[in-house]
Amino acid sequence: MESNLLIEFEDLRAKSINALLAAKEEGRKVVGKYCIYSPMEIVVAAGAIPIPLCSTKQDPIAVAEKVLPRNLCPLIKSSYGYAASGACPYFKLSDLLIAETTCDGKKKMYELLAEIKPLHLLQLPQKQDEEALQYWYGEIIKLKDRLEVELSVTITDRGLREAIQLMNEERRSLKDLQDIAKLKPSPISGIDLLMVLYNRGFSIDKREAVVMVDRLTLELKELYSQGVSPFNTKTPRILLTGVPIGIGSHKVVQIIEESGGNVVCFESCGGYKAVYDQVDEEKEPLLAIAENYLRTPCSCMSPNSARFELVEQLADEFKVDGIVDLTWQGCHTYNIESYSLKKYLQQKRSRPFLQIETDYSESDVEQLKVRIEAFLEMISST
Amino acid sequence: MITAGIDVGSIATKAVIFDGTIRSMAIIPTGWNPKEAGRIVFLEALNKAGLDERDVNTVVGTGYGRVSLSFIDKKVTEITCHAKGARFLFPQTRTVIDIGGQDSKVIAVAEDGSVVDFIMNDKCAAGTGRFLQVMTGILDISLDELGQMAAGSKPVSINSMCTVFAESEIIGLLAQAVSKAAIAAGIVQTIANKMISLTSRVLCLEEITFSGGVANNPEICAILSSAFGAEFNIAHQPQIVGALGAAIVGFEKLL
Repeated sequence: MESNLLIEFEDLRAKSINALLAAKEEGRKVVGKYCIYSPMEIVVAAGAIPIPLCSTKQDPIAVAEKVLPRNLCPLIKSSYGYAASGACPYFKLSDLLIAETTCDGKKKMYELLAEIKPLHLLQLPQKQDEEALQYWYGEIIKLKDRLEVELSVTITDRGLREAIQLMNEERRSLKDLQDIAKLKPSPISGIDLLMVLYNRGFSIDKREAVVMVDRLTLELKELYSQGVSPFNTKTPRILLTGVPIGIGSHKVVQIIEESGGNVVCFESCGGYKAVYDQVDEEKEPLLAIAENYLRTPCSCMSPNSARFELVEQLADEFKVDGIVDLTWQGCHTYNIESYSLKKYLQQKRSRPFLQIETDYSESDVEQLKVRIEAFLEMISST
Repeated sequence: MITAGIDVGSIATKAVIFDGTIRSMAIIPTGWNPKEAGRIVFLEALNKAGLDERDVNTVVGTGYGRVSLSFIDKKVTEITCHAKGARFLFPQTRTVIDIGGQDSKVIAVAEDGSVVDFIMNDKCAAGTGRFLQVMTGILDISLDELGQMAAGSKPVSINSMCTVFAESEIIGLLAQAVSKAAIAAGIVQTIANKMISLTSRVLCLEEITFSGGVANNPEICAILSSAFGAEFNIAHQPQIVGALGAAIVGFEKLL
């Protein structure tokens, strides 16, 4: 499908640079973030523009390896390389960075980033109970204080409540869009869905982006009712879980779909994980924010059983035929957790499971094709 | 009905002509031109069977070079093909262990013969035929000699899985005057260790069928089999299991 709306999303990134430059001219502040543990509500309530800086491109890795070890995950190397080389316009335009102590690689890399730009580090606990919540709540309050100082603004309760409503609306629209792929066959390819999810992150006007996403969802519903889809009812449906991906690090999605499958669900953090839960609009805003963000089921948490349950639930809801768990080389947390996830899914007699370990480069495309094609053959023969 | 299976691997290219039984087979080195190797091995197998290209109803390609073959009707991955081939030769097979030139794999097969799970080595040469090839190069011996030397020798511990680092490690061992036989046994042991760590990720049931070029070496097979604590089924020509499976996929499609 090549709808006009998809083309609008494709153009979004290029347009957003100009919009961002114009907004800075008018005195708006830009806050860069790397991870979905960064509470965007507070940035929005501060009147600043949040921009994702987690990099998905191979190019900056060579620069990063001058400083970082080679056997580190490509996501960390690429993000650092973009910052250190000065090649990323979004990084340059950022007034402040927000980062978290998620995995070891990231937290040490952030120490280096802090030498380049002002950076606020949130000390993220690695468990998700009441005690951890109180600690994290304290960290969220500190972030609010830092943003007020750094951006010379006052963040009000009212401003926070409005931001929560807006971000809940954004999550609702993104969840509705992703739920479209529950239709069989899905009216949108996984690669197009990923492009929309990824590019939308660069939109500087959140309300406008919600309208765009809702329009696309409506259009896709219409296409489905007309029987228009790039797939058929026999196309193997795949759930992708594991490490974050985006356009640039999409090779596994592309190979799956070129080999005759359809990625119908991205459980990973750019996808469903970021949007399936809402911030409570009734509670004290900062506590409600702390609660929702801490629940995020990332492999940096120990234990991380919520991820296993989410994968299983989504596999049912999206009627998938197989689960692919993507691991970036050097990502110890997702790599080790893959063993437990596979065991969990086997005990639940869930779906066929394939772990793929790779990086951002194209060097193993032929090897990946063998694994993915064989996985699809295995699914199709049963 | 006659079908052909062609398996273009990184080191050897194999062909099997099949009519419900194996009519003929051929094995040649792949060399630098996988497309040409596929063509030549096909003609050689046809020639052995006394057949002409037009007698073959369908040709199925597998292996890394499957994409380079222009004359095939269908391509199927080596995972599916090895499972098919192994089950044809040894119908009770539940696990296939294949050590090929550039990758090694463990395939779990259901009672009905369908693939239920598989695992392949990551993108490096650890635990592959290439690893052995490089190591025999340093010791200046053939693969057959490596197996013979390894048999009955106490293996020296070789810790590097990476082919390049293992090479340096062996050069170091030679400098310390460690015997060639102990090093040979150590090399085979690293292959066994790698395969055991791979099989721990999939359900590994007996019977186990061992295929690929490395299975040609009886001493290495014996060391691996004792490391696994299980008997292996080994075909008379263990290299052709993939090509045989490809021919069977074609045959079943026509039924």
